[in-house]
Amino acid sequence: MSGATGAMNADIRPIRTAAETALGDLFASVRDALPGGRAVSAAREQGFAPIAARGLPSRRVEEWKYTDLRALMRVAQPLSGPPSAADIAAARALLPFAEVEAARAVFVNGAYVAELSDPLDGLEGVSVRRLPDALEAGGGAVLAPFGLPEGEPAAGLNAAFVGDGLVIEVAAGARPDKALHVANVQVGVGHAAYGRVAATLGAGAAFTLIESHVGDAGAHQTNGLVSLDLADAAELTLVKLQDEGLATLHLATLTARLGARTKLSSLALSAGSAAARQQLFVSFEGDHASAELTGAGFAGAKRHLDTTLVVTHDALHCASREHFKTALDGQARSVFQGKIVVKPGAQKTDGKMMAQALLLSEDAEADAKPELEIFADDVVCGHGATVGALDDELLFYLKARGIPQGEAEALLVRAFVGEVLEGVEDEPLRDALLDRAARWLVARD
Amino acid sequence: MLSIKNLHASIEDKPILRGLDLEVKAGEVHAIMGPNGSGKSTLSYVLAGKDDYEVTDGEALLDGEDLLEMEADERAAKGLFLAFQYPLEIPGVATMTFLKAALNAQRRARGQDELPTPQFMKLVKEKADRLGISPEMLKRGLNVGFSGGEKKRNEILQMALLEPKLCVLDETDSGLDIDALKVVSEGVNALRAQDRGFVVITHYQRLLDHITPDVVHVMAKGRIVRTGGPELAHELEARGYADYLDQAAA
Repeated sequence: MSGATGAMNADIRPIRTAAETALGDLFASVRDALPGGRAVSAAREQGFAPIAARGLPSRRVEEWKYTDLRALMRVAQPLSGPPSAADIAAARALLPFAEVEAARAVFVNGAYVAELSDPLDGLEGVSVRRLPDALEAGGGAVLAPFGLPEGEPAAGLNAAFVGDGLVIEVAAGARPDKALHVANVQVGVGHAAYGRVAATLGAGAAFTLIESHVGDAGAHQTNGLVSLDLADAAELTLVKLQDEGLATLHLATLTARLGARTKLSSLALSAGSAAARQQLFVSFEGDHASAELTGAGFAGAKRHLDTTLVVTHDALHCASREHFKTALDGQARSVFQGKIVVKPGAQKTDGKMMAQALLLSEDAEADAKPELEIFADDVVCGHGATVGALDDELLFYLKARGIPQGEAEALLVRAFVGEVLEGVEDEPLRDALLDRAARWLVARD
Repeated sequence: MLSIKNLHASIEDKPILRGLDLEVKAGEVHAIMGPNGSGKSTLSYVLAGKDDYEVTDGEALLDGEDLLEMEADERAAKGLFLAFQYPLEIPGVATMTFLKAALNAQRRARGQDELPTPQFMKLVKEKADRLGISPEMLKRGLNVGFSGGEKKRNEILQMALLEPKLCVLDETDSGLDIDALKVVSEGVNALRAQDRGFVVITHYQRLLDHITPDVVHVMAKGRIVRTGGPELAHELEARGYADYLDQAAA
């Protein structure tokens, strides 16, 4: 806990925790040495400013009420050095989606590893550059955020410390036949790894991005940021697997800006980590666009899964669907904070948001905070949230056919998360995600 | 095969079964008829092992083994099958997946190998065909979007596939039109065998026009109050249950 007391004003900086002090020291020592050097220092400073001013967000901050980052981040792990040969060998064994047809870019402990990756120029109509090169060429603008709330701390930390990642430009009209799989692997001694993927799609382009996060049992801290900028009529499919080791703290931010007639489909499966927070900030900026944001998660033990999203409708005739499901065992906890904002004039908005949690134990907990903020009068918006246990009647039906309790529960949970996961069109990818779900249903970890 | 003696069961401390006796031999079809509230469905649930009911006295043996000591899934593996009055819908669990899980779980419980998928598919298709269940229906979520008749046919399909020793049919005729009733009855009749027993629970006699029972019981107030041959069903149809309500109350 910090030294803040009720008598203090919230704007007054509380006494720093060890982690906050370490982050400040770390930032001062690496700021000018990170990729981009002094030319991007100002952009990094801007990212770190909210942490420097207010420290890590705690439960006193509304957006972090259910996920107290200050409490979760007792120490600030050092940035990882370049991966060793042993790290690379260990990472190779952990890479997911071997059966999935995709060009692969692999980052081990936050650093790009060419020997595990496919050539970056292998996708037709797609330019893929390493982030350090883009920073050298483009300066701090590359790190400048769009669509983020002012002073957003997780994205801010990413801007401050990010060392590697990809800048992807899909040419107008390009529709590469293969997806790009960005794999992030954490191995070895507990460390911090920051990664970023910035994708820009030209008008009418169509692209599939697969993002995976896996790792060993080390106490790693990962912070990823994905930004998606879709010009008119572009279509992007994003599939993310978060399957980090069970001692890892995972922070991730997705920001997307959608032009007219664009389609965004985003699906995330959260299967790993000690604590994970996935933030999504999606803005409709052109008319007749649609976004489908879905997620499934499962957690046992004392794990913590947070999905926080803000979808802003600022154009006509746009549709958004948000559907998130978690299955929780042990003393696990899930948090869903979802807000649909409809700006004045964003008529004919169609927004529907649903969060569902399945509690498999007495001690599991699900918190849901759906919100609608509507400033237009001709819209259809709705939200719902359900929290419940498995249906005893359904369980009895399955058992009456000879299916034992554990297997009956697994069938029902599989059906519950399957509703989301079966939306993945790529069959090997879908099978890999369903297989991951099936393994959790045995382990319930 | 099935031997029930002095069975007492209650739900939330309310006694429903009050000293029920029933003996069903292999190869026999027993009909249990009775007015609403007589405990017919409770009997089926208690036999199948639903947790909501508490057995307070008596015994129920299947081939000498104590059913009441077993979990619902163990009872099924021992050969007890309950055809539900209201089969449940389970979105996201394909009928085929469910059938395979059920059959293989029972085989494992009996120490048999799981059936290889091609063999399983062939078996299901064959049995489904006979009941007019299309392959498309088997791919859908269990009972999701099925009509009342389709759900009951699906129950019979499960029965045909699992080949139980003792089949308990709980008001299988409810909600069926005459055509569906015929299909379901033919499905049941096809399963009649020397080594298999049936307990057919029904409120109306019409099901027994299609499935001819060997023995007919009248149940009232949680007990069997009269036992006779098939002619008893016709008598009940003509006279109603009023006599038995008085008799049980007395």
